[in-house]
Amino acid sequence: MATVDAAEVAKFEAMAARWWDPEGDAAPLHRLNPCRLDYIAEQIAAQFGRDRRGRSPLAGLSLVDVGCGGGLMAEPMARLGATVTGLDAASGAVAAAQAHAAASRLEIDYRAETAEALAASGAAFDVTLALEIVEHVAEREAFFAALSALTKPGGLVILSTLNRTAASFAKAVVGAEYVLRWLPRGTHDWRRFVTPDELAAAALAAGLTPVDRMGMVFSPLSGRWRLSPEDLSVNYLLTCEKPG
Amino acid sequence: MVSSLDADIVIAGGGPAGAAAALALAHGGFSVRLIDPRPVETRAAPEFDGRAYALASASMKLLGALGLWEGLAPRAQPMSAIEIYDGRPGAIGPARLRIDGDGLADAPFATLLETRFLRPALLQAVAAHPDIRHDAGVSVVEARQDGAGVEIALDTGESLRAALAVAADGRRSALAARAGVGWTVRPYGQTGLVCAVAHERPHGGVARQAFYPGGPFAMLPLPGDRSAIVWSERTREAERVAALDDAGYLAEIALRTGGLLGGLRLEGGRWAWPLEMALAYEFVAPRLALLGDAAHSVHPIAGQGFNLALRDVAALAEVLTEARRRGEDVGDAAVLARYQQWRRFDAAGMSLGMDALTRLFSNDVGPLRALRDAGLGLVQRAPALKRAFVAVAAGRAGETPRLLKGEAL
Repeated sequence: MATVDAAEVAKFEAMAARWWDPEGDAAPLHRLNPCRLDYIAEQIAAQFGRDRRGRSPLAGLSLVDVGCGGGLMAEPMARLGATVTGLDAASGAVAAAQAHAAASRLEIDYRAETAEALAASGAAFDVTLALEIVEHVAEREAFFAALSALTKPGGLVILSTLNRTAASFAKAVVGAEYVLRWLPRGTHDWRRFVTPDELAAAALAAGLTPVDRMGMVFSPLSGRWRLSPEDLSVNYLLTCEKPG
Repeated sequence: MVSSLDADIVIAGGGPAGAAAALALAHGGFSVRLIDPRPVETRAAPEFDGRAYALASASMKLLGALGLWEGLAPRAQPMSAIEIYDGRPGAIGPARLRIDGDGLADAPFATLLETRFLRPALLQAVAAHPDIRHDAGVSVVEARQDGAGVEIALDTGESLRAALAVAADGRRSALAARAGVGWTVRPYGQTGLVCAVAHERPHGGVARQAFYPGGPFAMLPLPGDRSAIVWSERTREAERVAALDDAGYLAEIALRTGGLLGGLRLEGGRWAWPLEMALAYEFVAPRLALLGDAAHSVHPIAGQGFNLALRDVAALAEVLTEARRRGEDVGDAAVLARYQQWRRFDAAGMSLGMDALTRLFSNDVGPLRALRDAGLGLVQRAPALKRAFVAVAAGRAGETPRLLKGEAL
């Protein structure tokens, strides 16, 4: 449990049962998910030469989702054909994810385990996802080392997180937690937010090569998120390659 | 690692909307079962039965994107202009408004296509597609959904498992009703009388609509010197006309064409059905999407029924294809909500717009007449309004799905 903060884990355990309610505590993730999925599916398909129009475009690829929560990302990845392992330090989230995958008739290997422990066992994957998690991690350097170790040479690490800007403080902390009440208060500690340059530097230090950055922007009018290569001021994604 | 399904999507209803949905969804990469209660023979009948569709340009583009339009175009009659008249039967006035199709970027803005050509073309394309299985003469008995899919029981005793069921089974869809969907229904007290006529004078590709006190009367150009007649009339009067012999019926038609087409002869059958507006409260239910007349049936005043159905088809195919390419469960409520959000406003607006237009025009009250005469004059004089009017008639209001732009998914 080296890089996991116990207080942070407890918060998500309380949320676990309500992961799959699109209007529940995870509603912001449900709203964000199509946008994240478009980007991630495209990055993986491009890296491994897959056609997204095919029936199982990610067939034969192994993928680990670090901080999988209730499985909002793991299930779509399994549906696209990937062999998916989901990790979450909160056993409540893992239990919720297992129950939902069974009801969805999907085979996903969920484990209440840390990235470090899995990496230490020698497991390696074509794709490692770490989404909306790095801002909750206590020791960033060790966490990135584990992500790198979990990824096969030639594979991808894809991260998403919140930028540390005035805009993210206004929108993610004050807006989402206090004004819109999308998230329970105290979900985010703004001081832990990471700028894209800091994230890229941490990846480089762990032996990963950052290859793409993408912003995600919420439009209050349409109620939808869209990808934006220009605006990384609040939510953004970073894709890294593990050199072959 | 998805569990095995008999098909990704099961469509109930093999009419033009259901068949077009099957083709669009298969084009998007889905495997489809098309469950059609009618036997194939009645669908492929080659005789001209007097019925035709007025296809908006967006509908032609969708049929083009699905590879059907090339074969159909030689049999279709482009509509080069629309003329609007009013008056009384036997006393038609001069044209109040004329809209030329070449004022638009992509003329013609609509095309007439006889039902007998569209139906076989759709069914042949369905039969030729490796990812569609067409079950003719088979009905859906029941659909039961669970967290991972929907079980569809057929009257053959077979049971199909799919991710999503589509109700394309027409007005007041039985499948949607069993899922608890309700409709707001508004009868017009009118009956639609439909037939086709051969005529002496050429129509010149012009569609003519006369607004009579009993309801609108449309003369829509077909290939050769023939026109489709779509006549909406107060039900009591329509029943009287429908009971006449062919000669008497034709005399009533001639009274209303006002000599614009010269001498007339009936071609094919005569059709009558009561007109009502029906709009589903919801276009989706758990693991069920409604489209076409199942979701909304409108007055045929501007031939929008099938065009609206194709707009549903294009939006549904695009939403589901996008969802599948990102790994979402295509029967998930959040995915279906996107389809409903895209379509419901447009369909409701169209239904209510047609409803208001019909009520405005189907009367002989002095002040209302003056108002609509002024309204038509305003449209005639204001090019922007006129373009907007045509744009709606051509199906281009709101955000446009890719298929309606003729683009692949």
